[in-house]
Amino acid sequence: MDDIDAVASLRDPVRRRLYEFVAAQGREVGRNEAAEAAGVQRSLAAFHLDRLVEVGLLEVGSRRLTGRSGPGAGRPAKVYRRSAAERGVSVPPRDYRTAAALMAEAAEAAGLDREVQDAARRRGRALRGPGGSCGDLGGLAEVLAARGYDPVLEEAVGEADGVVGGRGDGEGDGEGHGEGHGGTGARERRAVLRMRNCPFHVVAELFPPLVCGMNLALLEGLVEGSDGVRVRMDPRPGWCCVVAETSKTKDR
Amino acid sequence: MTDDAPAPPHLAQLNVGTLRFPLGDPRMADFVALLDPVNALADATPGFVWRLVEEGADDATGLRPAGADVIVNLSVWESAEALWDFVYRSAHLDTMRRRREWFRRHVDAHAVLWWIPAGHVPTVEEALERLALLRGGGPSPRAFTFNSPYTADEAAEAAAIGRGGVGGVGGVGRPGLEGVGRTGLEEVS
Repeated sequence: MDDIDAVASLRDPVRRRLYEFVAAQGREVGRNEAAEAAGVQRSLAAFHLDRLVEVGLLEVGSRRLTGRSGPGAGRPAKVYRRSAAERGVSVPPRDYRTAAALMAEAAEAAGLDREVQDAARRRGRALRGPGGSCGDLGGLAEVLAARGYDPVLEEAVGEADGVVGGRGDGEGDGEGHGEGHGGTGARERRAVLRMRNCPFHVVAELFPPLVCGMNLALLEGLVEGSDGVRVRMDPRPGWCCVVAETSKTKDR
Repeated sequence: MTDDAPAPPHLAQLNVGTLRFPLGDPRMADFVALLDPVNALADATPGFVWRLVEEGADDATGLRPAGADVIVNLSVWESAEALWDFVYRSAHLDTMRRRREWFRRHVDAHAVLWWIPAGHVPTVEEALERLALLRGGGPSPRAFTFNSPYTADEAAEAAAIGRGGVGGVGGVGRPGLEGVGRTGLEEVS
């Protein structure tokens, strides 16, 4: 299957809704759930989901969906998740991936981490909105979504009641959002923005410290001037290496 | 293969780093402060098997088998995935991001991977030999990198054929982007 056919298969609006729903979940999705989300019949959803598997945009597995295992549970249901394969179309043909990999190889060999990070930070600053700020975490999420990071907003509950502030590498060393810590008996809640997608995936896998360092610097430049938002490295398997976070205190 | 299959092989890794300043220098303080937590993180990582530690110390930074200003990091893992996830998908990555603050750039390869039988504890000499092998002849089933990996099966095959000297194995099992990338682990322990 050519990339262009795979991409063209998303032209069908129902199919595209199904694909985007499955991709956004970051986990395996069953037919019923996908059909509901796309607002179509289960059989139609099944047809399109299987078509997306055929063109390589989704992968299929089978498992017993949680919550549906009772006695006499039937055979495992088909489940779908986004394929790890990349599809790209450029008309006319361009090959920036090879160019990026070659330049990364040279930068790695020359030990240019800091030069690359400096350039990335400058680029990040240039990508900020007209006001010189992406705004709050929600504003940043929009910017990151537009850049292909697939951000997911999570609310992480901090330390237990009465314990305010973070530990070494977390909250305590971040300047600029100290004012929210006043309330005693408040439970600290920190909104965390994680990103499902690494826009630089191929080169990041080849040269992780170089490219992930570049990515962090880019995002650092981007959030400079944002109110109480900061980014830091927090790599986890299957996710972008960077998280953005803010800190706020809420009564409970 | 057989019903009585031996335990799957383990993956050994060595990386060396040339210090920009002595470990006692204030410019190395951040690195030194990260040693204990990052080593603890490694020890607790699923798939971690063993790492070299100087007798009576918490780590191997006092051993200098490759030069007075060269620290070595030698460890064993159950799989390449386990090692990869620790090195590049944990808090360890944040230390690597800053490697140029603490370590000189290496012209030669400074990190090497090789398969060992489960239960074998690699020696420093053995590890430096593998690094020399990689530096001398490029990646092979006996000494390779993440960007030019070989499976344990390929290593066993090559060993059976005769001590790795056979050509033509190189193209097997490599990920895409042929020819791009020669480095694997970086020099931060």
